[in-house]
Amino acid sequence: MTRSDVQLMLDVKAGDQQSFELLLQRYRTPLVNFLYRMVRNREQAEDLAQEVFLRVYRAREDYEPSAKFTTWLFRIATNLALNSLRDHRYQKLEVSMDAPIVADSEEGDERTMEVADEHPDIEEHLVEEARKKMIRHAIEKLPEKQRAAVLLHKYQELDYSEISKILQCSESALKSLLFRAYETLRVELAPLVAHSVKH
Amino acid sequence: MSCGKMETRILAYVDGRLKQGERAEVEKHLEGCAACRLRVNEFRAVNELLDELPVIEPSGAFNARVHALVAAEPRKKSSWLAWLAPAPRIAFVASMLLVATVWLGTRQTPTPPIAAQDLPVVESSDYDVISSFTPLSDLSLAPDDDADDSDASQPQQPQQM
Repeated sequence: MTRSDVQLMLDVKAGDQQSFELLLQRYRTPLVNFLYRMVRNREQAEDLAQEVFLRVYRAREDYEPSAKFTTWLFRIATNLALNSLRDHRYQKLEVSMDAPIVADSEEGDERTMEVADEHPDIEEHLVEEARKKMIRHAIEKLPEKQRAAVLLHKYQELDYSEISKILQCSESALKSLLFRAYETLRVELAPLVAHSVKH
Repeated sequence: MSCGKMETRILAYVDGRLKQGERAEVEKHLEGCAACRLRVNEFRAVNELLDELPVIEPSGAFNARVHALVAAEPRKKSSWLAWLAPAPRIAFVASMLLVATVWLGTRQTPTPPIAAQDLPVVESSDYDVISSFTPLSDLSLAPDDDADDSDASQPQQPQQM
């Protein structure tokens, strides 16, 4: 029988390292994906995900199952991501004043993200890649909090009460936030959306 | 239901997260509102497009790095050992007090007793001299009453005899 997240965390609190290992296996991929889509840099996303697990481990002694484990986990992750984006923004500002930017690091990151694909039709493959890129850019263009809300709602499938606790806002504020985010995505992805609606 | 109220429900409707009563209410509105029907279809399309993003896998070294971070964490001491170990601030204050005490102790060294041979020897013949000794403080150094004190700031000229 699969132990719940809370039970695993309580076992970690009791000193069971194996339970921490199970939590690591269970959440490493969702965390890295969430953080990657937040900060748009794979290496940074992995560093942040490792920091999330370290903080979970550090907090084991004081852990109380007052909320869902995923709420706590993604709250740590979201705070780290938002802080990192803020710090990175300052770094970018400093760099832009001191030196010319010679390469688009974002594009470099995107190349690392590509999944190996033995596509027979190169043209179709390029169209597909352009489509993915468009979707990715549409998500990236969302304001940080809207982006976090969409990612937690869409990819982590957390319910509204969990997401509102993570983002520290009311449920009605979260619903407005998500509506605005989807409106922006609808406009940004208009050609693809129109194509989908027609068919 | 108004189109404005649909804003807070449309996404939950698309996701299938609405309760049965709310769902029925939304569907009733959609029957009579082409604009909201179109919006629902567009949000569904957005949702499907978001599904197209690939999932990435953490790098091979990910777990090893987490293990290394965890291994570097200080282990918790057993309760009785923790009780013995003083809190850092208390330990710091106590050590500062100790240092201050030692320093003050070494600074106020008592004056060594005067050796008997170093004391001045007073002979009996000197007693008369000593008894007739008049301290300077007892000598009258006050100016004469006749002196003009109206111009005290002026230096006094020596009197010519």
